[in-house]
Amino acid sequence: MNPASGQDAPLLVAQGLTRLYGTRIGCADVELEVYPGEILAVVGESGSGKSTLLSLLSTELAPSSGRISYRGTDGVMRDLAAFTEAERRLLLRTQWGFVRQNPEQGLRMAVSAGGNVGERLMAVGRRHYGDIRSEATDWLGRVEIAADRIDDDPRSFSGGMRQRLQIARNLVTRPRLVFMDEPTGGLDVSVQARLLDLIRSLVSDLGAAVIIVTHDLAVARLLSHRIMVMRHGSVIEHGLTDQVLDDPAHPYTQLLVASVLAA
Amino acid sequence: MSEMPAITYNFAYLDEQTKRMIRRAILKAIAVPGYQVPFASREMPMPYGWGTGGVQVTAAILGTDDVLKVIDQGSDDTTNAVAIRSFFQATAGVATTTRTQDATVIQTRHRIPEAALSDRQVLVYQVPIPEPLRFLEPRESETRRLHGLADYGLMHVKLYEDISRHGHIATTYAYPVSVAGRYVMDPSPIPKFDNPKMNESAALQLFGAGREQRIYAIPPHTRVVSLDFEDHPFEVQRFAKPCALCGARGVYLDEVILDDRGGRMFVCSDTDFCETRRADGHVGELGVAVPSALAGKDAA
Amino acid sequence: MNSLAPLPRAVADAAPEVLGVSGLGKSFVLHLRGGMELPVVSGAAFSVRAGTCVALGGPSGAGKSSILKMVFGNYRIDRGHILIRDGDETVDMATASPRRILRLRRERIGYVSQFLRVIPRLSTLDVVSEPLRLDGVPAPEALRRAQDLLARLNLPERLWDLPPATFSGGEQQRVNIARGFIAPRALLLLDEPTASLDARNSAAVIDLINARKAEGTAMLGIFHDEAVRAAVADAVVDVTRFGDAA
Repeated sequence: MNPASGQDAPLLVAQGLTRLYGTRIGCADVELEVYPGEILAVVGESGSGKSTLLSLLSTELAPSSGRISYRGTDGVMRDLAAFTEAERRLLLRTQWGFVRQNPEQGLRMAVSAGGNVGERLMAVGRRHYGDIRSEATDWLGRVEIAADRIDDDPRSFSGGMRQRLQIARNLVTRPRLVFMDEPTGGLDVSVQARLLDLIRSLVSDLGAAVIIVTHDLAVARLLSHRIMVMRHGSVIEHGLTDQVLDDPAHPYTQLLVASVLAA
Repeated sequence: MSEMPAITYNFAYLDEQTKRMIRRAILKAIAVPGYQVPFASREMPMPYGWGTGGVQVTAAILGTDDVLKVIDQGSDDTTNAVAIRSFFQATAGVATTTRTQDATVIQTRHRIPEAALSDRQVLVYQVPIPEPLRFLEPRESETRRLHGLADYGLMHVKLYEDISRHGHIATTYAYPVSVAGRYVMDPSPIPKFDNPKMNESAALQLFGAGREQRIYAIPPHTRVVSLDFEDHPFEVQRFAKPCALCGARGVYLDEVILDDRGGRMFVCSDTDFCETRRADGHVGELGVAVPSALAGKDAA
Repeated sequence: MNSLAPLPRAVADAAPEVLGVSGLGKSFVLHLRGGMELPVVSGAAFSVRAGTCVALGGPSGAGKSSILKMVFGNYRIDRGHILIRDGDETVDMATASPRRILRLRRERIGYVSQFLRVIPRLSTLDVVSEPLRLDGVPAPEALRRAQDLLARLNLPERLWDLPPATFSGGEQQRVNIARGFIAPRALLLLDEPTASLDARNSAAVIDLINARKAEGTAMLGIFHDEAVRAAVADAVVDVTRFGDAA
């Protein structure tokens, strides 16, 4: 197998990634690699820099210094700063996905569920209504939303349904890389479990790489292969998820692990 | 105290500097078909919604030997059309007409004349809302970016929503078009029936939005395609019967209520077109032939 | 190595070494207790060959579980080496990257823990067949083998389509064993696999372990039950020695 195109080549690489807000540090000197098919969790308390990091990686925010490279479908690693805005936006609606904590931010609330799921298909030039609709129906089924809700808009959906709709909307183009920002935040515990289960199986079916930001160590343990612990903008510990959570080395990670109930 | 001077207007009301500014915007709009060019819209002596954008475009392109026609909903006789026509008669003194073929500049609201336009004619549209993406994306900064990147998936989301709600594309006016394969454009609230007339038209088409301060254009002989789906192709409205007055088929008809017992008829919305046909001897089922001397009377 | 039951010499000598542990040391540093250092293991050394089962012996707290977890990569390794054969390669768990460890877990090492930790809503059959499906075995075949294994472990058929979260300890443990044993792995780590089982079900597990040994699987396990240990272990490594050497 050609190592440059296979599973053993990273999909996204960040080097020395730093973002300053004036003199305040958003995140500092972060290094990471994400490989196809793996889930990387970024954990930390609010203000730890994990959300800043996600914004940088998804190119919503420009870094103060450092670089991010992405391996395209052609196998070539390119600096994201060299992408035009048009190319970056195309990435974001085809090869990438972004699942936000508040589905209201990630959905078009006045557009039907089918339209929300179909949008990315239409954005890449699909022009057959029947095909778009049947694909939307299929994806609603995969996120356990009844087919007869396809013409309802998400304002009539529960929080858990909205989040599942947002996931379908993002995964419909079979992205290679999905960013998730506290995807289960604000949901009831029972709803969370169902959503996590769903995310895990869908992501594994698609073979997508996922970078998930969460403050919830249980979420990180359930979903992720690897974990990065952030504090004050820096990564203080990273490694295998179960190793970092079961045998934390850094004092702060020990404190985090000790602070939750049986993560 | 000196004697008050007689009030005189500059030709076509606007001062020459303003006209030059608008002409520059028009030239840019022609150079980038379908792109909305911002311009410094002036206060006009009429309220927004009465065609202040179209009036400024017309004022900027009008010359002394132009012949002006103004229509509103296809008619030369509605209040809006009469008011604008007399405005230019008063401020520019140009000749006016109701005959499409005699006009060099036609300002319109809600219709494109039925008769094919020629390369010596300019069609000026009055535009209330120039932004076709606004329905789904209210942020101006974002819609400009979407245009810049030709990121038009949203337009099809709108059409998708139409089909999912009504079983077909229910948008019947202001139906979005793609201009010269690049910009998606709102053709102003004309019926989609008129969309095909924009395609490859020999006439220059200019669009002016006064309140929103935008000018855009379709140069002559430009490809204009109405957006659609493969399995829901763009279609124009069809009318079951011909015009009741002139018998024309394949034209846009208005419904006219005849009495309070449900009596009604359908007649050409383009009054000049209808009168010209009747003058030529065409008669519909409720029509009477018009002596040719009366047809095409100057509305002035 | 402290052998209880003598190994058949042919097996012991000819079979390749699947796991080699040397100079293994580990302590926990408890930063929340003022940096208190808690030594767990020091200088552990032993090996496991294909087709044999090595039991870790010693009282609780001696570090048996910690060694098992270090072999699996669940605990960090402070000193020494844990070499695991992966085809023609040998991987040192002390220095392997997380992704390398994950690949070993996917392809070479199975782990049967005392407690089941799974996603809440998956059915028992899905939980058990998942490792096979991840190996690329078609779903119907994977399900059939999961059914065989659950039947062999006497798990009532009415439970198969239910998520195991609500099962009794013994039922969960058998689900866990089935999941750990279903896919062929060169090395199986067993953490008290029969702790919650009655005699009949323990016997079923013993049969399973011995069958896997016969197929060439190397095993490292903790067995508190003397009878089970005697029935499956070819050697016992006394972990107390390694703790003392600190």
